[in-house]
Amino acid sequence: MTAVLTRIFGVHNLALVEDVVQDAFLRALEVWKFRGIPENPSAWLMAAAKNRAVDLLRRERTARTYAPELGRLLESEWTLVPTVQELFSPHSIKDDELRMMFSCCHARLAEEAQIVLILHILCGFSVDEIAGAFVSSHAAIEKRLTRAKKVLAGSKRLFEIANSDDFAARLPTVQRALYLLFNEGYHGASAESSVRAELCQEAIRLTTILMTHPLGATPATHALAALMHLHAARLPGRLDASGNLSSLFEQDRSKWDAKLAEEGQRLLNLSATGTELSEYHIEAGIAAVHDSAKSAQDTNWAAIVSMYDMLMKIRPSPVVALNRAVAVGELEGPKRGLEELHAIADAERLADYPFYPAALGEMELRSGQREVARGHFRAALALARNPMEREFFERRLEACQVGKAGKARAR
Amino acid sequence: MSEFVFLYRGGERGRSPEQAQQMMQKWGAWLKGLGEKGHIRDQGQPLERAGKLVKGKQKTVTDGPFAEAKDVVGGYTLVEARDIDQAVELSKGCPIFEVDGAVEVRPVMKLGV
Repeated sequence: MTAVLTRIFGVHNLALVEDVVQDAFLRALEVWKFRGIPENPSAWLMAAAKNRAVDLLRRERTARTYAPELGRLLESEWTLVPTVQELFSPHSIKDDELRMMFSCCHARLAEEAQIVLILHILCGFSVDEIAGAFVSSHAAIEKRLTRAKKVLAGSKRLFEIANSDDFAARLPTVQRALYLLFNEGYHGASAESSVRAELCQEAIRLTTILMTHPLGATPATHALAALMHLHAARLPGRLDASGNLSSLFEQDRSKWDAKLAEEGQRLLNLSATGTELSEYHIEAGIAAVHDSAKSAQDTNWAAIVSMYDMLMKIRPSPVVALNRAVAVGELEGPKRGLEELHAIADAERLADYPFYPAALGEMELRSGQREVARGHFRAALALARNPMEREFFERRLEACQVGKAGKARAR
Repeated sequence: MSEFVFLYRGGERGRSPEQAQQMMQKWGAWLKGLGEKGHIRDQGQPLERAGKLVKGKQKTVTDGPFAEAKDVVGGYTLVEARDIDQAVELSKGCPIFEVDGAVEVRPVMKLGV
């Protein structure tokens, strides 16, 4: 809704737009209080916002300047209502969301600010919900949002998606932001699984919109969408029956979503054109190997290690190196895994990441070094970011005592 | 059974969307409860907080005192109750009291036939 209204009122009137949205929402709630929630609340809200927009445009027609490219159409009573009608039609809304997506990925904004902005404006998350998702405070997120909105409003015009050069230039940033948005949902620190599932769903929704645009449907976008679907397919297995975090090695694979995995595979095939091999291609490839394996033992670890090798070449990072080391451990045994773990460059950047000591612990445990493993798991426990992770590491600590080595491994 | 009108006066409208959403749910639950016990004649409607006041022999039209008045009527419901005491009891469940509002309970006048 914000995306459409911003197209009407102009990006420099973002605050006004947010008022209109909020107003439409509050008025709707006031009526629903008495009459109950209608069958299609979002259509109802859209209609309320549309009326409010027309009202405001009539009243303030002379007082402000709105979207420069629409200015004249909005000035005349003859064209005002039809123009607004047209802008609220479904295909137009999609374009507006796309415009907004690209506008949010402003070069002057840090990646995290872009994501916060997308979540707020395009996904309708409240400040508190975003703070919950990022395990951050209300004040910190609000500050980041205010700053980001100022940059956005300062850009005067929404990003023009018809210009193919600009589009292509900003596309990687948009893809990256969507990737991080998905990751925040998939691997993020928030304990609320519902919040995380919602982040993943929104990332998939926005990526799908990107895919429907001729300029946006590049191999990398398809690979990105494939990666999201292939990962999301495994989401239902991440929690066991009692709601505890379950590692890839102990998950009940029958709970994985076969339809999502199939769609992911289809998208991955679609992405296999052209010469570009993006990190999304490789990550989707890795996810596809996991999805098609019947068990952890059954997994083609050699393929996974070689794909991590490629990933290290185009986008090296300590987290990628960590995952690669775990895969090496699976392929060539815990001793080799440990060597790789200790050889990670920039390991100090993993200092706050609980799954680094946890991986060390697993490898030590499987080499029979129970005491050393305990130390690592204790370190992981101290770094745990939510009760679910804490519970998970406590179970690993217990495993060191009873010596159930090798049954369940972290990651 | 007699009819009563609940006039909802004052009460802050939600400060944030989250609060407003909670309020809506509470109102919905309350009205639903009354309805299930057969007390609702008409759920009623919310009213805009601004309007016009037409007054006097001259029929002068003003914007009315609505905007400033803290006890402006924000909505109404037509209920059915045994007597005024029961109607008052029913009104006590209204979520408006959480936000500094009031419920005016007024019997609908009837001719004793």
